[in-house]
Amino acid sequence: MTALRPHAEDQYAEELALLAAADDRPRPPGWRLSPQAVVTYLLGDGAKITPKYVGPRRLMEVAVSTLVTDRALLLLGVPGTAKTWVSEHLAAAISGDSTLLVQGTAGTAEEAIRYGWNYARLLAEGPTDAAIVPSPIMRAMQTGTIARLEELTRVPSDVQDALITILSEKTLPVSELNTEVQAQRGFNLIATANDRDRGVNELSSALRRRFNTVVLPVPASADDEVEIVARRVAQLGRSLDLPEVPAAIEEIRRVVTVFRELRSGLTEDGRTKLKSPTGTLSTAEAISVITNGMALAAHFGDGRLRPGDVAAGILGAVVKDPVSDGVVWREYLETVVRDRPDWRDFYRAARDA
Amino acid sequence: MPERLYGIRHHGPGSARAVVAELERQPPEVLLVEGPPEADALVRWVADAGLEPPVALLGYATDDPRRAAFWPFAVFSPEWQAIRWAVERGVPVRFFDLPFAYRLTGDARPAPRPAPADARPVPGGAGPAAVAPADGPAAAVPADGPAAVAPAYGPGSATPGDGPTAATPGDGPASAAPAPGGTHAENGSDAASAAPSGSGGGRTPGSVTRGRPDSDSTPDGADAKSGPGSVSPDDSDGVPGASQPNGSHSVPGTSQPSGSEDGPGLEPSGGSEDGPGLEPSGGSDSESAPGDGELPEEATPRRPVDPIGELAAAAGYDDPERWWEDVVEHRGLPAFEAIAEAMTAIRDESPEDPDDLVREAYMRSVLREVRKTYDDIAVVCGAWHVPALTRKVAVKDDNALLKGRKKAKVDFTWVPWTYGRLASWSGYGAGVNSPGWYHHLFTSADEVVPRWLVDAAGVLRAEGVPTSSAHVIEATRLAEALATLRGRPLAGLAEVTEAAESVMCDGEPLRVELITRKLVVGERLGGVPDDMPAVPLAKDLAAQQRAVRLKPEALERVADLDLRTETGLRRSHLLHRLRTIDVPWGEAVTTRSSTGTFREQWRLRWQPEFAIRLVEGSMYGTTVAAAATAKVAQAADKAETLAEVTALVETCLLADLSDAYPQVLASLDTRAALDADVNHLMAAIPALARTLRYGDVRRTDVAGLAEVTASLLGRVCAGLPSAVGSLSDEAAKVLRDRIDGVHTAVGLLEDDDLRERWMSTLASLAGRADLHGLLAGRLTRLLLDAGRLDGAEVRRRLRLPLTIGTPPAHAAAWVEGFLSGGGLLLVHDDALLTLLDDWLADIPAEAFDDVLPLLRRTFGAFEAGERRAIGERLAGPRAADDEAAVGGLGFDPARADLVLPTLSALLGRDITATGEAR
Repeated sequence: MTALRPHAEDQYAEELALLAAADDRPRPPGWRLSPQAVVTYLLGDGAKITPKYVGPRRLMEVAVSTLVTDRALLLLGVPGTAKTWVSEHLAAAISGDSTLLVQGTAGTAEEAIRYGWNYARLLAEGPTDAAIVPSPIMRAMQTGTIARLEELTRVPSDVQDALITILSEKTLPVSELNTEVQAQRGFNLIATANDRDRGVNELSSALRRRFNTVVLPVPASADDEVEIVARRVAQLGRSLDLPEVPAAIEEIRRVVTVFRELRSGLTEDGRTKLKSPTGTLSTAEAISVITNGMALAAHFGDGRLRPGDVAAGILGAVVKDPVSDGVVWREYLETVVRDRPDWRDFYRAARDA
Repeated sequence: MPERLYGIRHHGPGSARAVVAELERQPPEVLLVEGPPEADALVRWVADAGLEPPVALLGYATDDPRRAAFWPFAVFSPEWQAIRWAVERGVPVRFFDLPFAYRLTGDARPAPRPAPADARPVPGGAGPAAVAPADGPAAAVPADGPAAVAPAYGPGSATPGDGPTAATPGDGPASAAPAPGGTHAENGSDAASAAPSGSGGGRTPGSVTRGRPDSDSTPDGADAKSGPGSVSPDDSDGVPGASQPNGSHSVPGTSQPSGSEDGPGLEPSGGSEDGPGLEPSGGSDSESAPGDGELPEEATPRRPVDPIGELAAAAGYDDPERWWEDVVEHRGLPAFEAIAEAMTAIRDESPEDPDDLVREAYMRSVLREVRKTYDDIAVVCGAWHVPALTRKVAVKDDNALLKGRKKAKVDFTWVPWTYGRLASWSGYGAGVNSPGWYHHLFTSADEVVPRWLVDAAGVLRAEGVPTSSAHVIEATRLAEALATLRGRPLAGLAEVTEAAESVMCDGEPLRVELITRKLVVGERLGGVPDDMPAVPLAKDLAAQQRAVRLKPEALERVADLDLRTETGLRRSHLLHRLRTIDVPWGEAVTTRSSTGTFREQWRLRWQPEFAIRLVEGSMYGTTVAAAATAKVAQAADKAETLAEVTALVETCLLADLSDAYPQVLASLDTRAALDADVNHLMAAIPALARTLRYGDVRRTDVAGLAEVTASLLGRVCAGLPSAVGSLSDEAAKVLRDRIDGVHTAVGLLEDDDLRERWMSTLASLAGRADLHGLLAGRLTRLLLDAGRLDGAEVRRRLRLPLTIGTPPAHAAAWVEGFLSGGGLLLVHDDALLTLLDDWLADIPAEAFDDVLPLLRRTFGAFEAGERRAIGERLAGPRAADDEAAVGGLGFDPARADLVLPTLSALLGRDITATGEAR
């Protein structure tokens, strides 16, 4: 396989097959797995099934139950909290197909949500079924599978509202042909939206009502987060063919600690309050800081991940607004990092960065 | 056997319903309820329409109200329902748990875990053995039960008739006065201290509660756990061990104090503010649960706190009420037989809590006595006790256990309670987590889930969140789907909450919290009839007033307090404390003339409505000190700005609330971290430094204060550079004063490391070009005084502002900043004067005309006398050359020697000058 990143259903085909074979609970119409098996697929079972999402079980249960009730699911969260990741795996586990995807942008047009036209045919044959170019969502309706819509709040409001009929009536009228496409059982929609973008194109309350919201939090404990980062760094390193660098777990832990402390505004021992920078400092950013540090260490360093390799990356991740974040970072260095005896090297490296 | 035993889950709506149904089916002649027998006389109030649950029985030692305990009842408490049923039908009701009076005397005992015993009174009580010894009298009488006991107690309580009222008024004050008065402060503080450390929340009244509630199972610990409610979902069961109560005890050493804490339940807490006392213990326990609990207990395994909760947890239920419904009621078995069976099985496997054994011995004694009079008895008690009550035990064994216990004088009364205090998140660690949900379960006949979600929608609508019926429909569907996914027959609290969060709240935590606060916990406040006897706080105040000889008078009068005397100091503390709990009996008057800090003037006036304020204040604690501590701690928690917290630090000092310190400091630290304005941070430092240096607060956590101050200074050093740029004249003046204040404070701190950090910050600032003139001048001066800059450098800097590139306003400000501090300084500081003089003399003649107005502006601000003195000094003979050298303060050994004789006289030993003069 030469794809830079295989689809979830291909990468984890074995696990899905395993679950399907052992699954004896009732499956909702159109589902490849029972709801319980989907939850197991996401959270892992401690043996053959690897965890895809590390976090509260109840969130995944609410998400899966939402899809069972045929309500659409809206995953909210700050950037880097695995919203897209979860939606991809949900679609892969439920429909076996995570490719029916619409990326929401400020330029997303209504055709991307409903259908477009093949103009050559339209001119030659006039409006016919064959001239229609279905959107991923329309295809999902026809096949009874899960469609995904990324960054819903970036989509202009008038385009967003095209979803209302689809979600409430479960049908997509094609007025030009005087027909409609009715959603088959198993169809549903998973949208993701970014907390920080609230207000960019806030959902209308009519649309909002069609969604159940699940907010994905940042990882609850440092150990969880270290685990997530370490696992993803290893996966990424493999797929990017980075030279082998022993992933120094202390450095990962340090980066995660810095991120968590600044994000929560509180040191891990709960004794010192901190100001939070404007950036989100998500787990995904921690992963890229480490990956970046490893690339630095492998190509320009001595092959070991050193505090200096990650310090610059951290600085870049923390200081998004040079003025206010600069103060936050300096204050953090001086009041917290400086006093930690085993963080000396890092303190020096960060000061110099 | 003539009695029917109803083993219930404390605060369990399912149990409540079942008990009432059973009573209806088979009405007994007499009803026995687990609870303090001293409160028997108060039962009649249940029929009073003014007594509205949630309410709590408050029991406290007559001579020391700080040792108190609460037994809360909600409308869904099985005990409450049973009592109501009986009172309405005229069936006699008796509480038959171990008397509270026994538990109070526990402390004195040398028992291995004295503390617990006391504390727990309720629950497990201390080791049984321990208890046993004392009771001679009591034991003897067990037969008579209540009556017998009566004599021992306070007169009031003894007889049912007077019980409620009599008890308190009469002896309460009198006895209380002497002892408490004296000790108040201290005790209060102890308790308080305990509390804070435990948890801030502690103080809240809530904490107290728990102790009592439990009473069923176990008073303290029990509550928590047993607390039917409390445990319920979360901790409850899980941690049987939690029994925490003990945990708190754990501090056996402390005996008394600990007692208080542990006592969480009981005494201690009660004592101080119950709240605090309790909570901490409670709080910690519950959270830490097993761990704590056990440790203290000498590793003795604890019995399950909420046995029914554990059964439910074992069956995979997070809500014991759900389990009760699904398993007990739907099984079609007589519920109580099934429960008794299960409990017998569990108890056979579990370690016995000695406390329980004593209590059960007492219960059996009462039961035997009641059997003589009645044939048809109904007993409502914690399910845990059922097997023990059916067990055959010889009368003499029970008597042996109960023998030799001493009884303290106690008073009981009903006090209003709130669901908030029942719930653990308000600091009642061991309480019911979701009283509102239980209330709902108990009061709604059908359609539990839709009704709940409709209420939730109502809460959201009231807050202006549009919530349609469609939302409710979808939320209901989601809740049901979730229940199916999780394999539950019906949606429980977890499912409805998650459904509401996902559908109605758009995942916003604030809205979810709103539902939790208004609905899951509920804001219901109980009420008591107006003619109920007085609260301990009022009694404590009366005692204190007597102790410090300050009588409440309606007419205004002025009191002058000399803080150097013991009485004056105590009066001042009392007045300050009262002010913190919103009883402004005295208004501090700012004295004009006196400069001494040892004098305070107060305008005193007692107003009738203060009585009500005292009742309100009693939810914070049972003594003035404890209530004030709790109040301050709470205010610190809620404070939004740094200034508010700094003011609280001062309040702690004035009112001598050293136990509130840790909390206030923690809060200070938090606000400091979040406050982005360096000005605020700097404003807070001087007061802290003064306290650190001169403060004489007893048992103040000075280390904590030093740490906070140091971190505050660290933040100031980090933030100051970005705060000094681009300031207006006004802002620069403010900042200069702040810098001066901090600079002085840093000098007081005597910490070289901090000083070094501060000075280097100043040094790095002083060189900046964008600095306001006033600050630049001031910083240069500070650095000069500290010896950080030498004379040559200072002269260079002095000259700079006066060069052509500098706008005149900037130059003027610079000189003003440099010379601020008054002309007097110039008169006496040779080095400075010389420096200035040299600089002036250096100014080229043609530039002098430009400089003159600036200098005039600065010098014009000096007093005429100062100006003349400076002039005389310059005109007079110059000091010797060596002393005039710039770069530091001049030092004249001859002049310094002059003070030595006086110093010697003051210090009582000879002092001679040694070393070099400079």
